[in-house]
Amino acid sequence: MADETKHIVTSFEADLKKLRDMIAGMGGLVERAVADAVTGLIEHDPALATRVVEMDPQIDNEERAVEQFAVRLLALRQPVADDLRQVVQALKVITDLERIGDYAANIAKRSLVINKVASTFSLSGLGQMALLVQQNLKSSIDAVGEADPQKAIAVWRADQMVDDLYNTIFRELVTYMMEDARSITACTHLLFIAKNLERIGDHSTNVAELTYYAVTGQSLPDFRPKGDQTSAYAHSSAD
Amino acid sequence: MEIASHKMSNDISPALLNIPVDETTARISIKNLNFYYGANHALKNISIDFPDKQTTAMIGPSGCGKSTLLRVLNRMYDLYPGQRAEGSVMMGEQNIIDPHQDLNQLRRRVGMVFQKPTPFPKSIYENVIFGVRLHEKLSRAELDERVEWALTRAALWGEVKDRLQSSALGLSGGQQQRLCIARSIAVRPEVLLLDEPTSALDPISTLKIEELVDELKKDFTIVIVTHNMQQAGRCADQVAFFYLGELVEVGPSSQIFTAPRERRTQEYITGRFG
Repeated sequence: MADETKHIVTSFEADLKKLRDMIAGMGGLVERAVADAVTGLIEHDPALATRVVEMDPQIDNEERAVEQFAVRLLALRQPVADDLRQVVQALKVITDLERIGDYAANIAKRSLVINKVASTFSLSGLGQMALLVQQNLKSSIDAVGEADPQKAIAVWRADQMVDDLYNTIFRELVTYMMEDARSITACTHLLFIAKNLERIGDHSTNVAELTYYAVTGQSLPDFRPKGDQTSAYAHSSAD
Repeated sequence: MEIASHKMSNDISPALLNIPVDETTARISIKNLNFYYGANHALKNISIDFPDKQTTAMIGPSGCGKSTLLRVLNRMYDLYPGQRAEGSVMMGEQNIIDPHQDLNQLRRRVGMVFQKPTPFPKSIYENVIFGVRLHEKLSRAELDERVEWALTRAALWGEVKDRLQSSALGLSGGQQQRLCIARSIAVRPEVLLLDEPTSALDPISTLKIEELVDELKKDFTIVIVTHNMQQAGRCADQVAFFYLGELVEVGPSSQIFTAPRERRTQEYITGRFG
């Protein structure tokens, strides 16, 4: 936590800083995986997409390293209050980040398939959604590093827009599939990609919620602002 | 499924279940208590309740007033001139600090165990019934029964039942401390005060005393002063943090150790103090 008062035991202070740095490192990897997966899709770059798939084990290793370090902190330092919340936050945040890494890898794998079945669709809707998701992901990881509850709230609120975009893309792709059955393979992959992006948005929101709790000791309300009440798409398949 | 339902509700302290402490009645209720060592204002306007059949831990740096408060609860300060208390410390209908309070009766109702074990140089048996003899006229059989009851409650009976007549000084430190607890509860007090009861003990003896505290709070209201934060977290239902004679914060231990409201509490329990 960005606390002005230093812990009496310097090595404990150093451990907490190391934990923050490790999460920032893992967060950086995950951000890159998502960015490369999206670029690989939109620019039809199979080499980049392949690199994202190969990166996934590295993210998993990072997760295990942070987990071991956090468990060691719990066992040896017995943190309480904000220190305890920070360690618990770390343990939960890395699970979300690892999951985001999985979704990025899945996007990359699907983009490799889409490249093979020549697609003529405009990807600008997906590109726009990806941009928003990446912004939220970055803000949520920054919020962890800066222990900034305001930034966390901003992410938490912004997810509604991601859901709205997802619903639009869903409708668009269903229309394509109804018009031309030959587009079903490509459209289904694109649909899953959109869903993956939507899930990345949800996990970023989780990270923001965890950060808000770690910093303030208060939980954000269970319900998030949801925009499109008419659509069941984002809701029914989200959980 | 058998394992999952294993006595969950009985084994978890109310603090962990997030049961608000103030749901039960207060055994002792303190309002606007001030205490002076001569000119030194040692406790400043303290108001706190000690809930019935629960454990309250008092934490804070040395000199913060927590031991002073403990000394108020059984009027130990009466032994020293120049020390005085103002305010109200209600136990039932009685104000403990009322000058007309019967001290013998008060100390039967409020037992105390100190930092270092204080056995009398007498037999184990005599140690336990020492206080009982002052307050009650009991037959030999009744005394025997009381000794067994107190030693059993203090988790010492099994270890000493075959040598009740040997000197208490031959017991280990942890056993001596449990003997002192047995002596305190033998008079069947309502409140048990523990002033750093495990600071002189090894970790296993410490855990035995903590287990004992959990056991004893079924019958008694317990107030424990401790410098060991983890101990406060382990045994107490509510925790009170004192600093410079003031009560900074009091709340359920789960709240104090996960999300304290006051910055000073947070700094103290996380080790960022001063």
